[in-house]
Amino acid sequence: MSFLIQQTIIYAVPLMTVALAGVFAERSGIVNLALEGIMIFGAFTGVLFINIMQTVFSFPKENAMLLMLMTMLFSGICGFIFSFLLSFAAVRLKSNQTVSGTALNMLSAALVMFFINLIANQNVLSMAEGDASGWFMIRKSALGFDPRTDYGFLAETFFFKTYPASYICILLFILLSVMLYKTPFGLRLRACGENPHAADSLGISVPSMRYLGTGISGFLSGIGGFVFALTTANCSASGEVAGFGFLALAVMIFGNWTPLPIFGASLLFGVFKCVAAAYSTLDINGDGKFLLAELGISTNFYRILPYLITLIVLAFTSKKSRSPRAAGIPFDKSLR
Amino acid sequence: MNKRLSALLDSDAVKGSLSSVLSILFGLFVGCLIILAVSLSDSDFTLKSAAEGIKLLLFGVFSKGRDASGELVFGFSTSNIGNLLFRATPVIMTGLSVALAFRSGLFNIGASGQFLIGTATCLTVALSLDTKVFPPLAVWLIAFIAAGAAGALWGIIPGLLRAYLSINEVLSCIMTNWIAANLVTWFFENSPLRNAGQSGKIGYIMPTSANGVSTPTLFLDRLFPSSQVNGGFFVAIFFCIAAYILLTKTVTGFEMRICGSNSHAAHYVGIRQKKMTVFSFALAGALSGGAAALYYLSGHTEFFWSTYQTLPQEGLSGIPVALLASNNPLGVIFTSLFMSLLGVSGQQLKNLTAFNEFTTDIVVALIVYLSAFSLVIRQYLSKDRRNLIFSKAAGGKTNRTVPVYQGQLKEEGEEKQ
Repeated sequence: MSFLIQQTIIYAVPLMTVALAGVFAERSGIVNLALEGIMIFGAFTGVLFINIMQTVFSFPKENAMLLMLMTMLFSGICGFIFSFLLSFAAVRLKSNQTVSGTALNMLSAALVMFFINLIANQNVLSMAEGDASGWFMIRKSALGFDPRTDYGFLAETFFFKTYPASYICILLFILLSVMLYKTPFGLRLRACGENPHAADSLGISVPSMRYLGTGISGFLSGIGGFVFALTTANCSASGEVAGFGFLALAVMIFGNWTPLPIFGASLLFGVFKCVAAAYSTLDINGDGKFLLAELGISTNFYRILPYLITLIVLAFTSKKSRSPRAAGIPFDKSLR
Repeated sequence: MNKRLSALLDSDAVKGSLSSVLSILFGLFVGCLIILAVSLSDSDFTLKSAAEGIKLLLFGVFSKGRDASGELVFGFSTSNIGNLLFRATPVIMTGLSVALAFRSGLFNIGASGQFLIGTATCLTVALSLDTKVFPPLAVWLIAFIAAGAAGALWGIIPGLLRAYLSINEVLSCIMTNWIAANLVTWFFENSPLRNAGQSGKIGYIMPTSANGVSTPTLFLDRLFPSSQVNGGFFVAIFFCIAAYILLTKTVTGFEMRICGSNSHAAHYVGIRQKKMTVFSFALAGALSGGAAALYYLSGHTEFFWSTYQTLPQEGLSGIPVALLASNNPLGVIFTSLFMSLLGVSGQQLKNLTAFNEFTTDIVVALIVYLSAFSLVIRQYLSKDRRNLIFSKAAGGKTNRTVPVYQGQLKEEGEEKQ
């Protein structure tokens, strides 16, 4: 059970972070198809940062948590800067956002692969020394606890063998969700995505709101990309994030552009993704039997499940779904 | 004379193509700069290698490798050009699939899934029908049609979900893509069609030539010896022309375009939009399925069947190809040829120099990115610069060549923005 929960968190956290990134962009009126690209970029810059810190500055392992924080901030800022390419095209040049987003997905993958090949002479860039779990995971032995003692369900599930990066992401998710709904800034941002002309008439600068919304979106997706690389790819960058950026886009639509349903949707998705990855060794009620493996259903069926269930759930809920009204439409002051 | 020249420069077609040419030139220029920068910053490279890299980036398709003294040789390379046409063939079809969906206001991000389903179908049909009973050409035709039909069926799913359950097609396409990727893996996991005969090839499906089925080359192999090109290229071009006629000369095409440009107008004039949505997606799916057939029925192409972790590149490339062509079915031919041209250049860069093939990927991405600015470039080219987007006071027109992707179905009777 502990294993199931931990794995679910690992899959769900990048999804919810990046889906919230999509919300910030679309709520300000910019369709951010470049989520995937920014994730790839964030993953790369994060791993590169760690790599440089380890080789050039020989960062001590004792301060690994500090390094993790710095890296998250760094890849977030890199994502912020990269997203400027999208917002500049969409806001200033009024370009088609689908085109810009697609182009940035391609550009990011190409740039990252180009640099990885240049730096590492292969298609993967990993940490210079150690591995992700050794450096960035909370481990009993490192903290002076006895590795063989059981410290109770809560500690075993939510503390040991987890990545603090996941919790920071969840914290960010909560903070930014509150900001989106409970602050004047959030209200203004949402107004720009619903009715930019009304917002404009009240003295809100729609372009700067859209720059900011896309910027926050880039920041979050950069972090999400790095956390994805850290927790699922052993802190290595290979110019792809297994389609998680597009999945996050789907989760965002699934969650109806609102934080709480997005949280639920990514957890649901994470659970089934985790079942697919580990169903054969999954002991749900702890009786020593691997129930799902004994059913004898093909692995592929479990791999299909997360996508299929998303579609089925949507079939029942989609009638209520609505996107921000002005998302994707360039703001034109002279129109109204 | 000067007047006529400026009038010519002012026409939309000229401005459109000029702005595309400018994007392409700028993209290539940046590519050259990247190669130069890499050479200057890395001691492994000399200026001579930079010059070689730039030559290959620009004229890679004419490269004939290195001669005995290690110098690059350029010339008319039939195998390069033939392979270029072969690489372009499936991308023309997927690009057309995405473009047609865009024209009817739908974002077909699911070309990859339709492509995979088409692949599985055409390979199964082509390898299991006995060529002693049926003539190989008939088997080819059946496999091609089956792939198209399977792709259409797969494409109908997001169409139906969008039309009758208002599920956003972007979401359902992403989901069906991954479902297709897993289904295909499942289907081939214990299949006898896997290439068990050759060692190390169990991860691949047998090429269809094992059953004597391959795309007729239609003399293209004589024109371009030692390349993979075949008649599939003509089939793809035929479909582009047919799609152009469908869009511009038929009632159905007209209705598709109305749905794409203004759904309220479509509703007002009584077009049954739900039907059109399903039809457009079926068409798009059929084209993507056909793309797979043209690629894998060639006789030599081997299909790596364990697809559950990655989606096929041919499906994803369809999106930039369509966007670069402003969703014009005929433009798709040229943009996909151009993308494959740069792909060949990238391969030459990788094989002949120390630069990696991703340089050309960067160039392609930059060109697509810049193509979104075509409006600004067009306005710069035109005489009337008062409406320039850069001047803050004037609003300027917005780029409407591509329908805006919107996350939801417009409700009936909802007021136009």
